[in-house]
Parts: sequence; C-alpha cells; structure tokens
Amino acid sequence: MANSHYEPPKQSVAGQLFDSIFLLILVFVALFAPLEMGLAGGGKTELAVADKTTWVGLGQNAVQQAQWEKLGMTPETAAGIITSRFDYSFDVTALIITLVVVVGYFLLLFRFSKIEYRDVIEERFGKK
Amino acid sequence: MSQTTAVHGEKISLLRVLGPGHIWALGVGIVLVGEYMGWNFAVGKGGALAALIACWFAGLLYTCVAMIDSEVTSTVAAAGGQYAQAKHIVGPVMAFNVGLYLVFAYTMLEAANAITLGYLVQTVGTMAGFEDVHDKPFIVLTIVFLAWLNYRGVYATLTFNLVLTAIAFVAVIILFAAVKPWSHELLKHGDLLTGLPYGMLGVLASLHFGLWYYLGIEGTCQAAEEVRSPARSLPMGTMTGIITLLLAATMTWYICAGLMPWEYLGQAVTPLFDAARLTESQPLMVLLFIGTCFSTMASANGCINDASRAWFSMGRDRYLPTWFGAVHPTNRTPFRSIMFLVPVAVVFAYFAPLDQVITFSILSGLLGYTYMSFNVIMFRTKWPLDSIKRGYVHPFHPIPAIVLLLLCSLTYFAVFLGYGTQLVAMMVFFAVASLWFHFHRYKFVRRGDQFTMDWPRPQGY
Repeated sequence: MANSHYEPPKQSVAGQLFDSIFLLILVFVALFAPLEMGLAGGGKTELAVADKTTWVGLGQNAVQQAQWEKLGMTPETAAGIITSRFDYSFDVTALIITLVVVVGYFLLLFRFSKIEYRDVIEERFGKK
Repeated sequence: MSQTTAVHGEKISLLRVLGPGHIWALGVGIVLVGEYMGWNFAVGKGGALAALIACWFAGLLYTCVAMIDSEVTSTVAAAGGQYAQAKHIVGPVMAFNVGLYLVFAYTMLEAANAITLGYLVQTVGTMAGFEDVHDKPFIVLTIVFLAWLNYRGVYATLTFNLVLTAIAFVAVIILFAAVKPWSHELLKHGDLLTGLPYGMLGVLASLHFGLWYYLGIEGTCQAAEEVRSPARSLPMGTMTGIITLLLAATMTWYICAGLMPWEYLGQAVTPLFDAARLTESQPLMVLLFIGTCFSTMASANGCINDASRAWFSMGRDRYLPTWFGAVHPTNRTPFRSIMFLVPVAVVFAYFAPLDQVITFSILSGLLGYTYMSFNVIMFRTKWPLDSIKRGYVHPFHPIPAIVLLLLCSLTYFAVFLGYGTQLVAMMVFFAVASLWFHFHRYKFVRRGDQFTMDWPRPQGY
C-alpha cells in the first residue's frame, strides 16, 4: 500500500520566536517557582544537645573535635551544622498525590506516544 | 546514518572524529566531578554509612543503565543518544520529553559545576588573604568561556576534556595513596563513623544524592553521530567509564569518611579539597584545588556539548523551532543551541542554591532512567534479537530493566523525602510541555523523518 505523506505547515519566524520564549518561561517557572515560594528543600529539625558552646556538649569525641578545628571551626560555628537534621516525617496524602502525578505523567506520555508512533510507522512503512 | 543540515543550500553534517578515548572522557569527564562535589549531600541525608550503601545501589542502577544503553545506542547510533532512541522505539512526544530530560540534567549540572568552581576560587582566595574575592564573576566566566570553546569545535573541546579528566582522576588516586589507606595514621574511620543517624529511612533518602556519583555517564551516547566506530567505541567507552567511576567513588568515600565528621561532610561544597586540607599537606591542597577546578571545567564542558546536541537534534527534527537545528558553516558545531542554553545555565548558577540545582539535575536524570527501563523492553519486543543487527547485546534481559525500574521507584521516594515540591513541580512542567507538544508542536513534525534506521517494520505495528 502507498505511504500517506504528511506535509507539515511552515512555521513563521514570529511563531518560532513565540515557541522558544514559551518554553523558556515554562522552564523558569517550573524550576524557580518552588524556590521563590519557599517550598524547596527539606524540612529541618534541630537535634537537642547538652551544650552548644563545647565540643563535648555537642557530642563530639576527641578525633572529631580535632578535625573540626583543622577545618577552622569552633563549637559556636559548628553547632548549627551538628544539630541540623532532616525532618523525614511526611503526609501520606502528599505521597499519594506525588505518586498519582508521577504515574499519571508516564501514562499520558505513553498514550500520546502510541498515537504519534502509529503516524510515523504508517508514513515510513505504509498502512497495514 | 549521518544526518545533515542545510546551510545556504549546502548540506553540512557533524564531523566523525571521535574515538573510544574521547567517549570515555565525555562520560567520565561529565561525571567525575560527582566525586569532587555533590555526592556528599547523601551523607547529610543519611550519614556516611548510608552514603556508602547508596553509592553501591546507585552503582547497580548505573550498571543497568550502561548495559541497556550500550545495546540500544550501539544499534541506534545517531546524535541525541536516548532522544534518537525514543524517536525510533517509543514515539515523538516521548522523544521530546527525553530531549528535555537531557537538556535539563546537563544544563543544571553545568550550573552546579560553575557554582562549585566559583565557591572554590572564593575559598582559596580567602585563605590566600583576598577576603573580598567574589564567586559570581567566576561562575559567569566559566560558563561563557566553555560555551565559546564548544562553539569553536567538538574535537578541540573533547580533547581538552580528555586532558582535564585524566588529571582530575589522577589527583583522586594520589590523594588516596597519600592518606595511607593501609594505616590509621590519617584516616580515623573508627572514631568518625557514627552508624546510621536516620536509621534505614536515611539509607533510602541517601539514594537521592547517591545518583550524583555517576549521573551523566549515559552522556557517552550523545556523541554517537560524531564517533568513528559507534558499535565498538560506545560500549567500550561507557563500560570503562562506569568501572572508572565505581573505583573513584569508593576511594572518595573512603578518604572523606575517614577524615571529617559526617555532619561537616554532609554539607561541604568541596569535600575532596577539604580532605586535602585535613592532611595539612600544601602540595596535596594545591593538587586537589587543581583537580576540583579541572573536574568542574571538564564536566561543564561535556554538559554544554551534550545539552546542545540534544537541543540541536530537537530543532533539526522540528520538535523545537528549526532555527536551533543549524550547524555552524565553519566550526561544524550546533552553535545556536550552544548559545541559547548559556543564559539558562547562568541564571541558575547565579541565583539558585547548589543542592537545589543538583536536585533538578538528578530529577531530570531519574526521569530518563525510568524511560530507559521501558525503552529496552519495547525495543526487544518490537525488534526481537534475530530481527536486526545489534552492535552489542546486553545479557540477562529483562532483569536489568526490572532492577532499574525498581531502583528508580525507590529513588523517587528518596527525592520525595525532603524535596517533594521540586519533584511535583518538575512532573507538572513535563506534563504541560507534553500537552503543548502533542496539541501544538507535533503538527510541524515530518512523520516519516522520525524513523531513519534501516530496520524492518516494528512488530505490533
């Protein structure tokens, strides 16, 4: 059977420019929105320690203390680093929403791909 | 299968000048910087031991990636790598998404490299008594200089990478020997390793940044159209690259975990340079300063090369405006794509924090690996082993694909732990971009041109 040939329209310069700018804006919005909204990065908690002004109070042994000092740190400057902990408690609803978004995205992608791939194969090899 | 672009009525193609050494340098050059910075955020998420376990799990993930990629790339040898594979195996909108994954993974990695280089110059400047030195000019200068180098030509660019990568790798080996791993004179693992501060959940969470040890190795197949012998060079360059990185990652972890408290290591910007500082050896500090500079430059250089090839390929195929599909008439490089991505890298390097930039890069890579697991199963289903000639056949199919999908799923959860908002924002972006492509951009695509391999009709179609 003869191949059906699709001849795409020619895109104007303005159209090309618009598409480029649209993609660029989409990229910046997606990547900067979480940062600008203060939603990026892990939630943190603070570890309770005996004393933030001494190495012993911060739970550091003699070797750890020596290494901190070689790095130019004091108990005061190191306290924030030593007591900072990620907060891994999470909301199950948020996890389910994330799961739905990820799986939904891939389902959408494979569905659209299948439709478009049929066009490609039909034009390349002809209709079955 | 070399494809061409018309410039002033003349057909111009990319030059086939690269050998296996260049492919190794492209892969390792992009990734080796992962040992110099970024991997250690895995220590912050789960502790030093968790980071080591994550390193091994990520090594397994990337072994699956390399096995799968070597088979598909050695068969679909065209510029754009995984992007070209998606065009032939899955369909245009998947190819468009894969192209975007590659561009973001590499452009964000390029931004991360520039941030690290700027920070290092600032740190060393301060140590040398120049307290007023600022990192921002060095960030911009790095990106612009390397973009110019890429603009000038691929051979010079990747030869430059080969030299930088080799020196950066040797620096890791010298540091490893200098800390005397056979003795406890400098390394104090017994006193510095403090178990798993977050328990097993921390091990899982560490997988997020564990990918950073190897992220980008799949970039070897971006240069498929510029390699003299793709079937031989691509698997050889990729596999030797993975072995190199496994060795470097293990050595790096051993050095750093034995020299600094995990809390410090978990947030350090330049951990290997800090390790050299802790040896109190001036020559080692100089060597690791050079190694960090070279590894970040080699990585950024390779990233510009790969991201621009992916963007160029999408322009040439009309997935993006065709203006991007131009090859420079003299330098034979995708010059417009190179220049277009410069401001994106500069903006992120200038304004975004390092861990966020790395997370964006990792997420883009992770989406690409998820695609690969489906891709190879579809490849084997549509063209069984005896139907087309393959440059390389990976063993144990479909086990690597299943393991890869499982590890990717665990890593999505690891990213969700702490960086869930970025994960959702990225997914929404790709979903919107896919809708835009399917309902608007696809009408400009020449259907038949998306399948250029001399293969029989795929089974099931």
